[in-house]
Amino acid sequence: MAGSVPMSPAGSTQVRTRSLKETGWVKWTLIALASLVLLWLIVLPLIVVLAEALKKGWDVYLAAIVDPDALSALRLTLLVAVITVPLNTIFGVAAAWAITKFRFRGKQLLITLIDLPFAVSPVIGGLIYVLVYGEHGWLGGWLDKNNIEVIFALPGIVLATLFITFPFVARELIPLMEDQGQHEEEAAVTLGAKGWRVFWKITLPNIKWGLLYGIILCNARAMGEFGAVSVVSGHIRGETNTLPLHVEILYNEYQFSASFAVASLLLILALVTLVLKGWFTRKNAH
Amino acid sequence: MKKALKKGIVVSLVLAMSMVTAACGSSSGKGSDTVELMNVSYDPTRELYENYNKAFSAYWEKEKGQKVTIKQSHGGSGKQSRAVIDGLKADVVTLALGYDIDAIQKKGLIKEGWQTKFEKNSSPYTSTIVFLVRKGNPKGIKDWNDLIKGDVKVITPNPKTSGGARWNYLAAWGYALHHNNNDTNKAKEFVQELFKHVPVLDTGARGATTTFVERGIGDVLIAWENEALLSIKELGPDKLDIVYPSESILAEPPVAVVDTNVDKKGTREVAEAYLKYLYSEEGQTIAAENFYRPTLESVKEKFKNNFKDLKLFSIDEFGGWAKAQQEHFSDGGVFDQIYVPSK
Amino acid sequence: MKTIAAKRGVLPGFGLTMGYTVLYLSLVVLIPLSALLLNSTGLTWGKFWDIATDARVLASFKVSFLTAAAAGLIDAVLGLLLAWVLVRYDFPGKNIFDAMIDLPFALPTAVAGVSLTAIYSDKGWIGSLLEPLGIQVAYTPIGITLALMFIGIPFVVRTVQPVLQDLEAEVEEAAATLGSGRVRTFMSVILPQLYPALLTGFALAFSRGIGEYGSVVFISGNMPMKTEIAPLLIMSKLEQFDYAGATAVALLLLFISFLLLLIINTLQHRLRKTAR
Repeated sequence: MAGSVPMSPAGSTQVRTRSLKETGWVKWTLIALASLVLLWLIVLPLIVVLAEALKKGWDVYLAAIVDPDALSALRLTLLVAVITVPLNTIFGVAAAWAITKFRFRGKQLLITLIDLPFAVSPVIGGLIYVLVYGEHGWLGGWLDKNNIEVIFALPGIVLATLFITFPFVARELIPLMEDQGQHEEEAAVTLGAKGWRVFWKITLPNIKWGLLYGIILCNARAMGEFGAVSVVSGHIRGETNTLPLHVEILYNEYQFSASFAVASLLLILALVTLVLKGWFTRKNAH
Repeated sequence: MKKALKKGIVVSLVLAMSMVTAACGSSSGKGSDTVELMNVSYDPTRELYENYNKAFSAYWEKEKGQKVTIKQSHGGSGKQSRAVIDGLKADVVTLALGYDIDAIQKKGLIKEGWQTKFEKNSSPYTSTIVFLVRKGNPKGIKDWNDLIKGDVKVITPNPKTSGGARWNYLAAWGYALHHNNNDTNKAKEFVQELFKHVPVLDTGARGATTTFVERGIGDVLIAWENEALLSIKELGPDKLDIVYPSESILAEPPVAVVDTNVDKKGTREVAEAYLKYLYSEEGQTIAAENFYRPTLESVKEKFKNNFKDLKLFSIDEFGGWAKAQQEHFSDGGVFDQIYVPSK
Repeated sequence: MKTIAAKRGVLPGFGLTMGYTVLYLSLVVLIPLSALLLNSTGLTWGKFWDIATDARVLASFKVSFLTAAAAGLIDAVLGLLLAWVLVRYDFPGKNIFDAMIDLPFALPTAVAGVSLTAIYSDKGWIGSLLEPLGIQVAYTPIGITLALMFIGIPFVVRTVQPVLQDLEAEVEEAAATLGSGRVRTFMSVILPQLYPALLTGFALAFSRGIGEYGSVVFISGNMPMKTEIAPLLIMSKLEQFDYAGATAVALLLLFISFLLLLIINTLQHRLRKTAR
């Protein structure tokens, strides 16, 4: 059932024949309902964030964002995302390929193991790295001797974020690639194409939307993660505080407006990636 | 798009690798003209140490000609203590209660007898537990026994997750003990009744303050005196009043040098000086300005209008932290029995 | 290598991708998680059993699993609606609509918790409207469910969306030419093909909900036996330096989640087979 022409999500409606369209009122009722759900479930909390952020005016807002601690937190957050997202993307593609293109025993078990980080409480997600790399952990003594800092430094934060965002790309690709089957790739291989070529020419164009969603989700979550990072960060001001941790600090200092301002910065970062995605989508649709 | 994607993946991979290697190789050497200290502290001391660190840096540079930069880490007291145990390289710890420093000592990072290394139980500043009520005190709350009257709703954080909440709990216990001829069963009844008036158990002291002030939940907040005074200043003198009960507990947030770490880093001298300077006139003034009760007589005198005199009892009455923790807050302890009847 | 590959089909790369998958999975997830298992020094079977059967632990598990399941179910329905509208219709503002879906991931969970509490507490925008009706949302299981719905909704939308996009128009067209009504076509042709994706979305939202801590502690009120969630119990045990106890609760939580996920994944696999 693999579609040879990947459908572009934005412009897909006009290619459909009339018989597939709902009558006008059904369509608009559904759109209205969906908008209500979106407004209630997602937009409303975000409005609270923005309202609180701007409560004391633009000056406070801007001051909170250009604060040196906020900027260093921003740098750290971006750095962590830049490291973790590509690593998990490569893993996701490899795992999805192995799982969907071949038959083997224990497939469901493997998928479930990949899902596992979702089910692990973020606190535990941080704690396990403390147990391995911490002072009393398995590698603690050796790391200490060689003066390598993992926990309460960048590597620890990266590891915890890797764990939390681990399943995103794989999980996005597996159902999609399973639906697409492997006939196209098999045909290409039979015709003599090499493995990498098959991947770049056939698989990648077929999965690019799923892949993009996976990367975007992974990125958003990597930048927004709080619980696990909080355990391994050590909360050293201006050094190991990520943006979400900085938000918490400001909130605990009763600087509610500044705190929500920094939180809104995270939202803006996420919106930027989403706008980029929209741009990609449109460019590709034509 | 394909090419761009390919390129993008390669570039980000290279970038990622180089950053990992860069991050791993960053252990800095230090010259003798600059020194770095890390102070691992609990939540409500942010403002205090922000000011104190500046003062100490100036003092130290004048005294020794050495620049000192102080890194600050704040969080829940217990969590911070665990971080130090797990390898956070703190030179000094300034936590909410002795129990959390005892835990570090048990792991061998701090030598035994830390509580006698500095004056006054190694507690340069103290505080106590008071009530915060809505402006004009509409429920007429004056003392601990008013908290269990009628439909009064009390906000206090969860003693299981908040160090501050343990002080709150013990203050109530001590009051009940003294008013019932030291009958522990009566004290237990009182505290259990008190927690029946608690509609929300936040995980930390600041969370509880926000619930009370911003969410408008409850009639009275049990809080550290320094937190109560600060929240009145920050969140609205027009909304809140402070009420002092007839008696309360003497809360002593202690400080200690983390011996293993300072010996390894060679920072013992400056670390000890850092804590000692907390007892100086300047250190004490900064503590008082941040609503902590000073222990130095001259500063006490100067700020005596800010801190009301009231009858205070100490943790020793409960046989020290280890015993209090075991009896009241461990799993299945007195606090748990409020919610789950003992078997 | 070659013979294995030949047995599995003509496609190359099984050894490479599988090897990498298992290696990376072990390094990032399995080995650190096994630290949890092996580090439970001082945790005897007796103590483990005591913790597992403790009334308070059981109550917190009930709260965690029920609210996560409710949130996952509601998310599955609402998420399907959102994904459908996004894939099938063109309307003004669609791009922004689409972009909004992911924002719950980007917002630190604690901020989400604070804003939701601000909305639904007795004095909040919605809470003050509900209060006269005697409906309390904040500091009740309803509040926890709401927070988990917020956290979980992108999972459902983003799993259903790509599959919906890939659905073949021909099948629907055929059904339509054969005279099926739109509702009928949806129920008998489209929905069955979406079940696997919906189930995955539900599973992800559900399992994420079980472990969630940051957003929930603000809105739950954390009352023991009533609105105390399992991750909070882990925290309070850590606070007493009771690593073994914390590990026990964490392991229990992990084990149950793992079983549930395995069941859902197997079920989903079956569904997919029958849908073919």
